Amino acid sequence: MEVFVQQLINGLTLGSIYGLIAIGYTMVFGIIGMVNFSHGDVFMVSAFTGLICILMLTTVLGMSSIFLILVITLVVAMIFTGLVSWTIERVAYRPLRGSFRLAPMISAIGMSIFLSNFVQVTQGPRNKPIPPMVTDVFVIMERDGYQVTLAYKQVIIMAVTAGLLLVFWWLVQKTPLGRAQRACEQDRKMAALLGVNVDRTISLTFVIGAALAAVAGVMFLMYYGVVNFADGFVPGVKAFTAAVLGGIGSLPGAVLGGLLIGLIETFWSAYFSIEYKDVAAFSILVVVLIFMPQGLLGRPEVEKV
Amino acid sequence: MASADPVDATNPDAVKRTDLAQVPPARRPARREKSVVERAVSEALASGLLTFFVLLPLVGFHATESGTGSLVLDYRFGLVAVFALMVTAGRLVLNLTVWRGDGPRRSAARVPPKSVAEAEAVASPWPRLGAVASALVKPVFFGLAIAYPLIAVTLVGGLGPSRYWIDIGIYILTYVMLGWGLNIVVGLAGLLDLGYVAFYAVGAYTFALLSTSVPINDFLAGHLGEGFWTAWSFWVCLPVSGILAAFWGVILGFPVLRLRGDYLAIVTLAFGEIIRLVLINWVSLTNGGAGIASIPAISFFGIPFSSGEGGFAHMFGLPFDSMHRMIFLYFVILGLAALTALVTVRLRKMPVGRAWEALREDEIACRSLGINTTLTKLTAFAIGAMFGGFAGAFFAVRIRFVSPESFTFMESAVILAIVVLGGMGSQMGVAAAAILLIGGMEMLRNLSFLKNEWLFGPNFDPTLYRMLIFGFAMVAVMVWRPRGLVANRMPTIFLKQRKSVSGSLVKEGHG
Repeated sequence: MEVFVQQLINGLTLGSIYGLIAIGYTMVFGIIGMVNFSHGDVFMVSAFTGLICILMLTTVLGMSSIFLILVITLVVAMIFTGLVSWTIERVAYRPLRGSFRLAPMISAIGMSIFLSNFVQVTQGPRNKPIPPMVTDVFVIMERDGYQVTLAYKQVIIMAVTAGLLLVFWWLVQKTPLGRAQRACEQDRKMAALLGVNVDRTISLTFVIGAALAAVAGVMFLMYYGVVNFADGFVPGVKAFTAAVLGGIGSLPGAVLGGLLIGLIETFWSAYFSIEYKDVAAFSILVVVLIFMPQGLLGRPEVEKV
Repeated sequence: MASADPVDATNPDAVKRTDLAQVPPARRPARREKSVVERAVSEALASGLLTFFVLLPLVGFHATESGTGSLVLDYRFGLVAVFALMVTAGRLVLNLTVWRGDGPRRSAARVPPKSVAEAEAVASPWPRLGAVASALVKPVFFGLAIAYPLIAVTLVGGLGPSRYWIDIGIYILTYVMLGWGLNIVVGLAGLLDLGYVAFYAVGAYTFALLSTSVPINDFLAGHLGEGFWTAWSFWVCLPVSGILAAFWGVILGFPVLRLRGDYLAIVTLAFGEIIRLVLINWVSLTNGGAGIASIPAISFFGIPFSSGEGGFAHMFGLPFDSMHRMIFLYFVILGLAALTALVTVRLRKMPVGRAWEALREDEIACRSLGINTTLTKLTAFAIGAMFGGFAGAFFAVRIRFVSPESFTFMESAVILAIVVLGGMGSQMGVAAAAILLIGGMEMLRNLSFLKNEWLFGPNFDPTLYRMLIFGFAMVAVMVWRPRGLVANRMPTIFLKQRKSVSGSLVKEGHG
C-alpha cells in the first residue's frame, strides 16, 4: 500500500511533465497534421535555457529566494523557447506547408538532429547538474519504517501544471486566438477565407506548445537536477505516446495520456523491471495504436475519398 | 492539400500574388525600387535581431564545470553578435539579389503545375537530352562502382594507402543498399517506416549469434571438418539473416497494417526502439550493451584471407595483403546492392510491384479494384526487411563486432533521409543521396585545415560539427527540394504515351 501510494505520487509528477510536452504535439498535429519530431528537443533546449537562467540568477546575481528564481526562470525559458520554436516553424516547416506529407516530417527529424547537436556543441556533452533547489518533503504516511513522502518540488510541479492547464484551457476556449486556432483545426482554407490569419495562428500554436514544453523543461531540471543534450529524445517519444494514447488532437486527452504514461512507467519500474520501462511505454503506444487508433478521447478518423 | 485552384486560400500569399499580377506594371507605385531596399534592410535587421535573441541563451552563455564540480557561467556574447551580423548581412544580400521583390515565402508557396503536360514541360525542358542522359546514368554509375577500387588504388598509389577510400566506398554502398531496401517500403509501397534499423539489427545479430555459436561450430566441426563454420558462416548465414529479417518484417508488419501515414511511422519507430532496448537488456543472449565481438571474418567462398598456406593470397599466387579482404568486401556489398536494385526493378514490373505503386497513390481505389492490400503491404514490408537483414549480416561481417549502439533511431532517420532526399521511388536518386549524405558526412571528418590558427584555432574539433551540419543539411535540402533530388519519375505502366510525371502531382507517403 505504501509503495503504491509513493509510486502514485511519483507517477503523477512524471505524468505532469509528459502531459505538458504532449500538448505541444497534439496541438501541432491538430492544426497542421504533422508530427513535430523536434518538439522533444525543444523541450531539452528549454531545460538548458532554464539551467543558464538559474545559474545566472544564483551565481552571478546572487539571488536566494527560491520562489523568485523559479518564477523568473519559467518566464525566461518560456520566452526564449517560444522564440526558438517560432524560428524553427518559420525556417523549417512553413516553406514546406502544402508539400507532401513526408516533407515536413523529414525536415523535423533534421531539426531534431540539429538541435541536440547544437546544444552538444555549445554546451558540451557532459551532464549538467544544478544544486538541489527544493529539498523539503512532507511525510504523509508511515508504517514499519517505510515513509511515503511528498516532496515540495512534486507539489510545485503538479500545481504549476494544473494552473497552466487552466490558463491554457481558457486561452483555447475563450479568446479570439483560441477560436482562430480551433477554426484552423477544422478547415484551414475556410478559416482563411473568413479572415483568420492562418500563418500567424499556426506560428502562435508552435509558440504556445513550446512555452508549455519550456515549463516542462524547467520542471524536469528542477526534479532531476541534471540535464543532458540527449535528454530530448526519450521524453519526446513518450510525450508523443501520451498524445496518441489520449487521442491526438485532443487537449484533455494529451494531459490524461501524459498522466497515464507517467503512472504506467513508474508502476512498471516499481513492480516489474526498471530496465524494460521504456519497452513498456513503447509497447503501450503500439497496442493503443493498433486497437484504439483514435485514442481515449480522440475523435475517430473518417476516411474521405 | 496543395490544390491547384487559383485562390489557394491556405497560402494567403498566393492570393496576393494573383492580385499583383493583374495590376499593369505602369500603375505600380513609382518608388517601388526604393521600397524593396527599405524592406530588405528592415527584414535583414529583424532576422539579425531574432538570431541574436535565439542564440543568446545557449551560445551567449556557457555552463562549465568549475574545480569544485558546480557549474559556472562563461560569456560568449561576441560570438552571438558575430552570428547575428552574419545573418543580417546574408539576409540583406539575399533580399537584394535572389529574393528581390519576392520574399522567400512567396517563392516557396509555388502553385503546382496544373496538368501532366504542363508538369512535363516544367520538368524537362530538353526531353531528348534528358532521355539520353538518363539512359546513360545507370550504366555509367554501375561501371564506376565496379571500377572504383581500381581507380582508388591507382590514384592513391598502392593497396595499403587506398584502405581509407575503399572503406568509404563500402560504407557508402551499405547505405545505398539500405536506402534501396527501404525504398521498397517507403518509395514504392508508400508505407512510412521509421524503424527500418530494426531489420538491420535482426540481420546483424542473426549472423553474429550464429557465427559465434559454440554448439553449431562443434556440431559442424564433427561432420564437415574443423574450421568449416569459421570459413563458411557468412555465406550460410547471409540467407538466414535475410529470411529472419523478412520474418520479423511480417511479424511487425501484420499488426500495424491497419494504420496509416504518421501513425504507421510512429509504431515502426516504437518497434525499432523496442528491439534495441531488448538487445541492450537481454544480456544472456546478446551480451547487452557490451556487444558481440570476435565474429569470424569473411572468406572468399571458403578460402580465408589469411597470410599462410591455404589463404587467399597463397591460392592465387599473390603477395599477401590485408587489403584483399577489404576489396572483396567491397565487391560483396556491391553485389548485394546490385541484387537489391535488380530485384526492385524486376518487381516493379510484376503485379506485386504495380500493386505497391497503386497502393502508394490511392489505397481506397486499390481496394475497390480487388487488390489484397494486406498481402501487398506485407510483401513490401517483408522484402524491404529482407534486404535490411542482408545489409545487417554484411555490417556484422565487416566490423566483426555488433552492439546495440549501432542500431539507434538515428540510423533509421539517416536511411529514411536518404530515401526521401533522393526522391522517393527513384533508385538513382537514392544512390545519389547516399553518396552525398554519407560521403559528405565522412568528408566532414577531414576538415583538419580548420584547425589552422587563422581560422578556428587548434582547439576546434570539426567532427563535433558533423551531425550538426548533417541535421542542418537535411532541413535545407528538404526546404530547397521537398520532392528530393530526383523529383520526376517515369510511370512503369502507361497508356499510349510515356510521360514523365512531376513529383508534385503524386501524393505518396499516404500509407
